[in-house]
Amino acid sequence: MKKNSFDNIEFDENGILQAKVSTTKIEAIGVDKVYQGRRGSVTAMKNCNIQVLDNEFVSIVGPSGCGKSTLLRMLAGLDFPSSGQIIINDDPVIGPGRDRGMVFQTYTLFPWKTVEKNISFGLELNKIPTNVQKKIVDKYLNLIGLQEFRKSYPKELSGGMKQRVAIARSLANNPEVLLMDEPFGALDSQTKSSMQLMLRQIWQEEKPTIAFVTHDIEEAVFLSTKIYVMSARPGSIKEIVDVFLPYDRTLDLKDTKEFIDLRRYVSSLLDEQLLTDG
Amino acid sequence: MKKELSNKTYTLNAIIVFAVIIIIWFIATEQGLVKEIILPKPINVVKYIYEGFTQNNLIADVAISVQRILLGFLASVILGVPLGILAGNSKICDSFIRPICEFIRYIPVPTLVPLVMVWVGIGENAKIVVLFLGCVFQLLLMIADDASAISSDLINAGYTLGATRLQSLTKILLPAMLQRIMETLRMVIGWAWTYLTLAELFAANSGLGYRILKAQRFMQTDAIFGLILTIGLLGLVTDRLFMLFNKKVFHWVE
Repeated sequence: MKKNSFDNIEFDENGILQAKVSTTKIEAIGVDKVYQGRRGSVTAMKNCNIQVLDNEFVSIVGPSGCGKSTLLRMLAGLDFPSSGQIIINDDPVIGPGRDRGMVFQTYTLFPWKTVEKNISFGLELNKIPTNVQKKIVDKYLNLIGLQEFRKSYPKELSGGMKQRVAIARSLANNPEVLLMDEPFGALDSQTKSSMQLMLRQIWQEEKPTIAFVTHDIEEAVFLSTKIYVMSARPGSIKEIVDVFLPYDRTLDLKDTKEFIDLRRYVSSLLDEQLLTDG
Repeated sequence: MKKELSNKTYTLNAIIVFAVIIIIWFIATEQGLVKEIILPKPINVVKYIYEGFTQNNLIADVAISVQRILLGFLASVILGVPLGILAGNSKICDSFIRPICEFIRYIPVPTLVPLVMVWVGIGENAKIVVLFLGCVFQLLLMIADDASAISSDLINAGYTLGATRLQSLTKILLPAMLQRIMETLRMVIGWAWTYLTLAELFAANSGLGYRILKAQRFMQTDAIFGLILTIGLLGLVTDRLFMLFNKKVFHWVE
């Protein structure tokens, strides 16, 4: 039961109309999340629907408390909807698994393992032969530019480096989708910019399907192909914004009119919320 | 604001405190300010320890005491560490284990000694049981805290990399906890020395605690001092060994 979408229709270099068939990688259908508190139940999320296609880079933004992180954790199988369904690659999610890699905001490298052992952790679990492991580790160390740190322990790395290794560790495991929960939220703004640039490049080279949660609108616009804007509690998807910006992105892009307009537009969507929700 | 202090100055200050105490002790006894039965001369204490080890078979008492500590401590580790990890990781296990431990750990161990004597007798086992009772409940609760101190994101990261429940225990939780476990054990073995003397003050005929009791009967203050110092030094050595080991093995700790 493969669901197909014919949204990605474009002209190729010869001017011939091409319809690329994309498969749905991630789907949340009518997801509700209700917490049972002492003073009764609180609806944190109401009828939340998302659909992420193969190779898309989707950002999820929203006011704090709207449940964007909870949604991502549900996609990872670390949390569960009260009703509704999460489907990854046509299979309902029943728990966490290696098909959904996740990068967290907190540093989650294994401090007792070196950088290379961190990256190969998933491969070891999956009993990939050592020589293959080494090749994969080399590839991702190159991609994140930390070859000379392969024997270092996490305590010797800066925050930005730790997150780079965390991204490499997830990608090395070749997941179907990469879930990222404000991975650059704890970094200073300069490090953050360079991490965004690196992540965008990695996405262009490797084409993983990414769902990226952030509260930083500029970050969402810069990185994504599509932005899901969530409403305040009870959280649901308020609007889906397609990001029509050049494919190759450099940091200069952030100063262009198109970028600023789009950023303002997404901001205005969130501001409306604050006004209507008081 | 706390000012930084170099390691050298720190050590020097520590030595000064020890030196001042010993000098005051020395002067007070040499000048006859205190009766020797209250405070023995430092030289007599040193002589007691020296002769103890060279002539009076003190080493045998040290050995039996160390053996009791190791057995009591090991028994509490074997039971306390796994149960503590269980309690720290599962709310259900916690509800079975923690409340009873919280209750028992507030019962002073000396009050249990008569009961131990009734149940286990006054033999070697009784001493080990006293040590075990003194250590195990605290140890268990501390290990449970160590387990719950591990960030859930670290464990979750493992799951999203494909770890099974068992693998997340053996390949993530345990290695992540190991350093904290060893620090906890280091603290608990310190208490074991306290409970040792307690165990040996009742119905023992060997060991350092027993020797102290015997010295007290004969008002041999120099012997009491010497034995206290011996226990203190043994405790210090154990602690330093643990510390060195932890520093060496857990060099990765942030």
